[in-house]
Amino acid sequence: MAERASAGAPGRRGGQVLVALGLLMLTGMVVMAVFGPLIAPFNPSATSPDSLAGPSAAHWLGTDSIGRDVLSRLIIGGRTTLLITFVAVTCAVAAGLVLGLLSGYVGGMLDEVIMRALDVVFAFPVFLLAIAVVAALGPTVPNLILTIAIVYTPTMARVVRGPVLSVKRWDHVEAARSVGVSEFAIATRHVLPMVVSPILVQTALTLAHTIFTVTALSFLGIGPPPPDPNWGGMLSEARQFMELAPLTVIGPASAIVFATLTFIVLANGLREMLDVGSR
Amino acid sequence: MAVAESLLRVRDLTAQFTTRGVTSQVVQGVSFDIAAGEAVGFVGESGSGKSVTARAVMRLAPEGSSVRWGGAVHFRGQNLLQLEERQMLDVRGRRIAMVFQDPMTSLNPVMTVGSQIDDMVRRHTGVSRAAARRRTVDLLGLVGIRDPQRRANDYPHHFSGGMRQRVLIAIAVSCEPDLLIADEPTTALDVTVQAQILRLLMRLRQELGMALMLITHDFGVIAGMVERVHVMLRGEIVEAGAIDSVFSDPQHVYTRALLDAVPRLTTPGRSA
Repeated sequence: MAERASAGAPGRRGGQVLVALGLLMLTGMVVMAVFGPLIAPFNPSATSPDSLAGPSAAHWLGTDSIGRDVLSRLIIGGRTTLLITFVAVTCAVAAGLVLGLLSGYVGGMLDEVIMRALDVVFAFPVFLLAIAVVAALGPTVPNLILTIAIVYTPTMARVVRGPVLSVKRWDHVEAARSVGVSEFAIATRHVLPMVVSPILVQTALTLAHTIFTVTALSFLGIGPPPPDPNWGGMLSEARQFMELAPLTVIGPASAIVFATLTFIVLANGLREMLDVGSR
Repeated sequence: MAVAESLLRVRDLTAQFTTRGVTSQVVQGVSFDIAAGEAVGFVGESGSGKSVTARAVMRLAPEGSSVRWGGAVHFRGQNLLQLEERQMLDVRGRRIAMVFQDPMTSLNPVMTVGSQIDDMVRRHTGVSRAAARRRTVDLLGLVGIRDPQRRANDYPHHFSGGMRQRVLIAIAVSCEPDLLIADEPTTALDVTVQAQILRLLMRLRQELGMALMLITHDFGVIAGMVERVHVMLRGEIVEAGAIDSVFSDPQHVYTRALLDAVPRLTTPGRSA
């Protein structure tokens, strides 16, 4: 472990550059989302007679089919999409951490029960499961978050469980046990910190997947209800008029690509920097 | 030997491991006593059951295995094999502590050595963070680490193998245990460092009045360290006695073979 982290290998430096770039992109996105109402030039729900207009000094990205400012809707819509993504992934990571650690560290029957239960969830296609949950519970923001958290928990739990299985056999764990450290303290203080690297990488990857899933679900009409904008919903509304006003499609599509790319860049950078996967 | 004096009384200890339905008994009816403050050696080859015997005293099953202990391990009158796991947590580290073979891997690589000792001290004495750190610095000084105040903030990879073993010894003696078990404490170290670590163990044993259970495959290590020695082979004690008499007049064939295996400084080519 110490030996791996010591060298300033080229992969590490490349990884650091990628992570810096990813963090910069992420910061830009988060600032946009947090200060959205101050930045957006128009009220995102305010209509105007000037519908499907091209770019102008007032409307940089033009207007949509009922004359709403595309740029403002993009900025405000990002709040919804990013909020759902971040909260859902946080829940998935938390659940995955607990289940993966329990499963890997305690082992035995508990391991079997948890892993088989997660296999069942894992076996469903993501969209089928999402549509089923939303259809049963209704298309609200909390339900969407719940759905996505459920969908991504099994992957996270597996990523945690794997390294825990090997780390719990390391000498320092037995040494800690030999001086009377409780099992809970061993699991949280002496095992968990060893498996942080793969968890970080997986979290960034999951964020990328989740952006895609959230917007896709919204595009299919099971996202947060209108009139509040979100990227997937905007894409869906603009689809019919994309020959007349291409910017109404290109705008949200670019935002989705940018957000996904941000997390992919972060994930790849972290992977190289922390040397995950080469062990 | 007077029973009242013994700190540790092991009777008919057995250890059975079950792996994929196959049961093997690696310790078969071992009995011995260790008096308070006494140093006792256990010598034997790999797989002779000496390490498992030591782990039985702490009731530590090797990770990933299920082990069934049999017999009795009386420590200060309590049978440790019958204690609740919760009660064992207070015995481990506080009453009985252990030093392991490989200092390179026995410390948590992502915690400073100081905080690892702090944790131990706080866990068993419940003192404040600042008081624990003062104790940590004292302990690092006690085991011969220079500039302990500063070194406490270093990570394990900043230390050499010998220094790490000193840190592990500091952790082990932090609560002044009655019994210190050293399982091959010098096997992974350079020869010059080995002697230093052994001297340190002897000094601490005297200063803290601990009993010492020294496990090794090397008769050279226990010479001058212990008063009595047990020779183990295939899960049994085949010879036990005062170190001097075992050295001068070994009874068992295996003991003689082990003694002959200690390399001597003679003309090259003749010792082999």
